[in-house]
Amino acid sequence: MREQSEGIVNLVVDNLNEQTIQLDPYALEPIQEYLAGISISRARHGFSPRETSFYVLSLKNAILDVQEESAGSDIAALYESTRALNRLFDELSTNTFETFIKGREDVILRQTDEISEISTPVIRVWDQILAMPLIGTLDSARTQTVMENLLQSIVDTGSEIAILDISGVPAVDSLVAQHLIKTVSATRLMGAECIISGIRPEIAQTVVQLGIDLSQVVTKATLASALKHAFGMLKLEVRKTQPPKPFMI
Amino acid sequence: MRHTGTTMLVVLNKDAYSIQREQDVILFRNRVKEFAVRIGMGVVNQTKLITAASELVRNMLRYANGGDVLIEVITRGRENGIRLTFKDQGPGIPDIKQAMQDGFSTGRSLGLGLPGTKRLVSEFDIKSTVGVGTTVTIVKWKNG
Repeated sequence: MREQSEGIVNLVVDNLNEQTIQLDPYALEPIQEYLAGISISRARHGFSPRETSFYVLSLKNAILDVQEESAGSDIAALYESTRALNRLFDELSTNTFETFIKGREDVILRQTDEISEISTPVIRVWDQILAMPLIGTLDSARTQTVMENLLQSIVDTGSEIAILDISGVPAVDSLVAQHLIKTVSATRLMGAECIISGIRPEIAQTVVQLGIDLSQVVTKATLASALKHAFGMLKLEVRKTQPPKPFMI
Repeated sequence: MRHTGTTMLVVLNKDAYSIQREQDVILFRNRVKEFAVRIGMGVVNQTKLITAASELVRNMLRYANGGDVLIEVITRGRENGIRLTFKDQGPGIPDIKQAMQDGFSTGRSLGLGLPGTKRLVSEFDIKSTVGVGTTVTIVKWKNG
């Protein structure tokens, strides 16, 4: 922190116009850049913008103190320089706010990208059976990614059954339902069957009251029952192995 | 203050939101959920309210490019509930009766938004003037 403060003070002093304290906009640039760096690094470290701007304003107070001492009895000059300094530091502290927010926004944007990347995994749960757990809200853009990923995976793995699990979808409104129906139809066109699983009781009631017709789609309450259904369609059977018979003499 | 029957409807708490982008839908829905949880609404009614809210917000974004929503916690007699008011300055709905029919849509959707929403909530009111905008008010009682 001391290092940062010294950096700013040095920059301010270096770029000060000697006659007046008026800074021309070009001279201001390096100072603002420096401050932007501080502001962004603080944003990443979880400081509040209030703290950062307080920090800048406290520098102003320190400089004002020094000025007061050196000005001595020349009140008019002190007043003039104080006003100029005030303007300068107001500008600088407003700038820290701006860069602070920009720094935070960058973090948010990066997270959004990361989330959309990890949010649509396709899992091969069995030979010819794919599962796709959907988590979060389905909007048009995401449905597009979901559909593309799923259809591509069906081709790549030669699967016959795809299970869409919507346990992690908070609400199914008519738009989401429409997207789901479209995905199911597209899967069918590819010659595969699509099962929707993870329909919670409250979602079931809501969908019925909304009047959405999902009767054309195979739906199951849990991923387990969807998998069981898929096994049935593939004529597979899961059985408990017989315990080995005790050896008789 | 509005009188409904003999018991008065009282607004306990309110909050306004502006919906401009699709991302606002998720935030807004979470807010509605917070309010619903706070008054102790059950999961089924919560989901119904959130779904209804989501339908109306999507309508607002799609046909009116966004608008404003007011979330209110209301009480009438012994019942608590949530009231949502969706206000937009969109093109308006020329024929509300037609818009309230299942399967009618001008925007190539399922056409279940408005009629479905009405079925999901306890009280539903829609006012629309062509060229001025649409206001939809829904109420979901905690146990309704």
